[in-house]
Amino acid sequence: MMVDITKAPDVKPGEPAVQYRDSLGKYIVVYIVILMIAASQFAVAYSSADVTAMFGRMLFLALAEAGLALLFFMHLWAEKRTFFVSIAVFTLFVLGAMQYGWTDAFRTLVGHAPYSTTETQPTNQQ
Amino acid sequence: MSQADIAMHGAGQHGPGVMAEPAFSVPSKKMAMWLFIIADSATFAACLVAYGFLRNATPNWPTPFAFSPSIINAMVMTFILITSSLFMLLGVRAAKAFDKTAAFRWTMLTALMGLAFAGLHLREWMGMIDEGVRMFSNPWGSSLFGASFFAVTGLHLSHVVGGVVALIVVGIRYKGGRYNADDLEVLGLYWHFVDLVWMFVVPSIYLLNVKK
Repeated sequence: MMVDITKAPDVKPGEPAVQYRDSLGKYIVVYIVILMIAASQFAVAYSSADVTAMFGRMLFLALAEAGLALLFFMHLWAEKRTFFVSIAVFTLFVLGAMQYGWTDAFRTLVGHAPYSTTETQPTNQQ
Repeated sequence: MSQADIAMHGAGQHGPGVMAEPAFSVPSKKMAMWLFIIADSATFAACLVAYGFLRNATPNWPTPFAFSPSIINAMVMTFILITSSLFMLLGVRAAKAFDKTAAFRWTMLTALMGLAFAGLHLREWMGMIDEGVRMFSNPWGSSLFGASFFAVTGLHLSHVVGGVVALIVVGIRYKGGRYNADDLEVLGLYWHFVDLVWMFVVPSIYLLNVKK
């Protein structure tokens, strides 16, 4: 029998998605896992890695936390798959398209961004 | 049979109506909240990317957050917000199970946690202002630090405060019978989103700028 991947496991025709019939224990486990991931972010902050590696690790952990919150706390996993995929594709596209400025950030790291000097006194002092 | 009836239910021998069940089986108010969440996540992403651009492009970016009290405060705030998300989840589950008393209780507890978060955050702001941090100056380094810090955390704080107000209003009206479990569920989506944003704000603003 073919499985309709557009429907979530507990969505019946004509009924709203997300029936809230699953066990509470699952959400307690997700909550504890999210807390542990948050704690590991704080541990990464005090590791001896350089800023770039630290940023990469923290971003990975933040995405894992956010994914768990989205899928389970916001019940995106229990919605119809087409809804889930539509939201995921559109949001990821927008967030990805925003990242165009990073090469310019590295360029200005060499040439300095405006107002980025350490001087606090006006430069036109006589 | 009116045109609206034909559109909704069909004209009998002509088959199903034009307006069948909603797309994705998601009620319109829930769909509206999801669309708002997508738009707001783009706003926060833009703020965080702009912050990241500035931080990366500025050689003298300050790293002022000592373990005590700044990072400990951030830990407590993170724990409060994640736990409030769990409380909201429990409230929505109780509402869906038609347990109004429990749903109201969990919703008010969520609002209380949100207030605690806002209080801690404002206390932190006052501490930083006492140390001399302003929008365009600070005693440590780049003058852009203050503007970016207060802008990003202030935007998040305003979402938290708005969420607390909404929780109190919707919770009270839910208990009074004006709103139902679906309304609580939609509000829950917003509150989880606020928590989700904090998961990105903490590493960007605090953890990458710890004082070592």
